Amino acid sequence: MTFSQFLAMGGFGFYVWSAYAFAGVMVLINVVQPLIHGRKVWQTLRRDLDRAGEDE
Amino acid sequence: MGEFGGLACVTRLIKFTHKYGAPKRFYLLAGKLVPWFAALTALLMVTGLYLGLYWAPPDYQQGDAYRIMFVHVPNAWMSMMAYMAMAIFAASGYIWNVRLADMLAKATAPLGASFTLTALVTGSLWGKPMWGAWWVWDARLTSELILFFLYVGYMALQASIDDPRRAAHASAILAIVGVVNIPIIHYSVYWWHTLHQPASLTLTNQPKIYATMLIPLIVMSMAFMFFYLTMLCVRVRSEILLREQHTDWVRKLIRTRR
Repeated sequence: MTFSQFLAMGGFGFYVWSAYAFAGVMVLINVVQPLIHGRKVWQTLRRDLDRAGEDE
Repeated sequence: MGEFGGLACVTRLIKFTHKYGAPKRFYLLAGKLVPWFAALTALLMVTGLYLGLYWAPPDYQQGDAYRIMFVHVPNAWMSMMAYMAMAIFAASGYIWNVRLADMLAKATAPLGASFTLTALVTGSLWGKPMWGAWWVWDARLTSELILFFLYVGYMALQASIDDPRRAAHASAILAIVGVVNIPIIHYSVYWWHTLHQPASLTLTNQPKIYATMLIPLIVMSMAFMFFYLTMLCVRVRSEILLREQHTDWVRKLIRTRR
């Protein structure tokens, strides 16, 4: 099987690769978004803690 | 029986819940689990993609289009399993006031919603070449769409109430009531006439598909299951920090890690 045959997916290439691409993008979003959110939470809490420290 | 007898089992479960039900303990446990779950997910994903896209032979009726099954079915399964997990977490939080259970329910919702959306979109991309339509208003597709709206509704309700305990209580009711949709999705292909094919894989009957198709399907399903567990741990850790931010252990943790 050649690479172009593999990409063609027996004529269903558009549907097969679109489905896998969509699933892949959703996985990626689900990895990146929580990591960014986690960093933001950490930064916010640290800032709040530093401010509380100054007040004391 | 002995050690694993009914009562002993319950006692063990209660002990286990007490040990890890504390947000602090669970925060540390989840932190240790994340890299292992992530590695396992990556391994299963790569193997599953190789098996599903290359190793498995084309279907005699559907040609290569059936390969969409290897992303569609795992996401559809996880959309329902995540909902059941969310409802059970939400109910435990509501009934026994377990804060950790509330957080686990909240962290499950966005993951479940994206599994549902992926199942709907990949199903649509499979339906077009096979049925000739992107979408039909039949029982299976409609009930899965309702599942998506249930997730979205749950998240909207969580976001609209500031007090985390009240948010958890209100959204728990929605999650519990929505459970009625799960058997409807599952049995829809048997109860109503539909274009959607019935399950290829059941616990009680012989699989209706060949091993060459079954193996990639199982590997991909395991991959998405561990993906859920990985991201659940990541999400719940942030949630724990936020809700426990005024406790000594969180303050100490944030101070020590500059």
